[in-house]
Amino acid sequence: MVINNNKSSKTVIQIKEMHKWFGNFHVLKNISLGVNQGERIVICGPSGSGKSTLIRCINRLEVHQQGDIIVNNVELTGDLKNLEAIRSDVGMVFQSFNLFPHLTVLENCTLAPIWVKKLPKKEAEELAMELLTRVKIPEQALKYPGQLSGGQQQRVAIARSLCMQPKIMLFDEPTSALDPEMIKEVLDTMIELAETGMTMIVVTHEMGFAKKVADSVIFMDEGEIIEQNDPKNFFNNPKNDRTKLFLSQILNH
Amino acid sequence: MSEKTYKPGNYPDLPPPPGTVGVYGWIRQNLFSSISNSLLTIISVVLLYYLINGIIGWFFLDAVFDAESKIACRKINDGACWAVITRRVGQFVYGFYPEAERWRIDITFLTMFIAFAPLLYPDIPKRKWLLYFSLFYPFFAFVLIMGGYFGLQKIEYSLFGGFMLTVILGVCGIVCSLPLGILLALGRQSNLTVVRTLSVCFIEFMRGVPLITLLFVASSMLNYFLPPGTNFSILVRVIIMFTFFSAAYIAEVIRGGIQAIPKGQYEAADALGMNYWQKTRFITLPQALKISIPGIVNTFIGLYKDTTLVVVIGLLDPLGIGRAALADTKWNGLSTETYLFVALFFFVSCFAMSRYSLWLENKLNTDKK
Repeated sequence: MVINNNKSSKTVIQIKEMHKWFGNFHVLKNISLGVNQGERIVICGPSGSGKSTLIRCINRLEVHQQGDIIVNNVELTGDLKNLEAIRSDVGMVFQSFNLFPHLTVLENCTLAPIWVKKLPKKEAEELAMELLTRVKIPEQALKYPGQLSGGQQQRVAIARSLCMQPKIMLFDEPTSALDPEMIKEVLDTMIELAETGMTMIVVTHEMGFAKKVADSVIFMDEGEIIEQNDPKNFFNNPKNDRTKLFLSQILNH
Repeated sequence: MSEKTYKPGNYPDLPPPPGTVGVYGWIRQNLFSSISNSLLTIISVVLLYYLINGIIGWFFLDAVFDAESKIACRKINDGACWAVITRRVGQFVYGFYPEAERWRIDITFLTMFIAFAPLLYPDIPKRKWLLYFSLFYPFFAFVLIMGGYFGLQKIEYSLFGGFMLTVILGVCGIVCSLPLGILLALGRQSNLTVVRTLSVCFIEFMRGVPLITLLFVASSMLNYFLPPGTNFSILVRVIIMFTFFSAAYIAEVIRGGIQAIPKGQYEAADALGMNYWQKTRFITLPQALKISIPGIVNTFIGLYKDTTLVVVIGLLDPLGIGRAALADTKWNGLSTETYLFVALFFFVSCFAMSRYSLWLENKLNTDKK
């Protein structure tokens, strides 16, 4: 597997000593993380470890209470202007697809470009068709999400995010809600995306994907980053006991 | 029985066993599935035959459609005496609107369908142009009905009555209460405390008070609450009250719809960088309204029928006209015919609304097509 490495040392996401609480519950503890342009990071860990919350903080679907998050040189604060700027630069793909069921596939893809980015309708549609072709479902453009299979829906969701021409893509367990035979088509789409040099942060349990694509794998547990390493070292000689336990549980069954 | 054998993976799609599908299958399964079921079916058919026979006889075959009075009716035949309706149909339809000006009501009513068409049927050809007409229609209808402009004779609202009054009240109430209800529903879900509190107070107050009380307020007290110098006609005041009342109900129905939308929809919209109004317009409302269609139409039908309550404040809706007709010594005692006729009018209108809502629900159902 050869993935072109046009990574630069330009930092696009900088998280410094970030904490988050849900009420009294301390979900994210002292998270510090830097992501360079073109870097692909996979986050894994047991459920409830805060990995989804972490990536949801990056586009402020969740609000952190302490520390800094800087995305594309803009600090995430309550300022709505900053927020909208960051959100149109950061795409997100959800576990449950979250396509808009009342719009066709094409409308799902063109809605935000037309209204948020103020792209002319025709241009937005051309872009959407181009991206739907890239995720290999241009023929479904006029159907509604409810008429597609799970794998197709998730690929539409990826295309929808890409239509905003984001600089960073966040994936929140993109294959967890899929039937096994559909996981591959979504992972293949993600691998192709990685090949284009997109900066990606992926929360997933697909370790094959991590080995193949990731520049760096992060293991989280109980709200902390326990270990971060390149995939080879991460899988072959994990340092922390909890990482070892986790890997043995998910790899040997 | 010898079962044919097939190689694995080659089993063909066979037709279903005979007598389980089609008309014959349906009749067998639903009407004659057992002895008791068959008996019930036969008894019901016989009963229905006599019932329908009687109804058709009374309504049509033995009915009298024109006569001088009830007594004259009875001399001709002993079925329904529809003469009470046919002799007074003008009043039932137009109230006391001057006869020479009734064409204005006819035109307003017919053009109403053109004005509604682009709103109700999104796929209609030339929709954009028709929408301009819809926008212009309220002014057009107001001028035509009330008069006083362009040389049209000014008509006092106190002459309004009959089905025309019902349609005016119902249509104005429905058209105004939907947008107000949407705003109230959004207000109730708002993060802004003042907006939310005001919406909740309005909704709870309007739902907590009987409509008839509001109508009395409209007829007697509303002018105290309005800025001095304003003087609305009773008709406008009643429409305002109907609007407020049903807007409160619609707000609650739509709130239910909004709450039924999965959280992921908002997260996806947020993640795409959409702002509040974009989310509301493209994500929240289309889905919430679709879910709420049955409830909204239910409220509309309720409002439409509740317009008969205006009789208590002296407006002559079809029921009022009917009572006036019955008070006439010529027609004394024909209440069955009179009320059935009024009921038929309401049924036709409400049934049309109900069918439209079913059609719309079906059309907006994007899951299977």
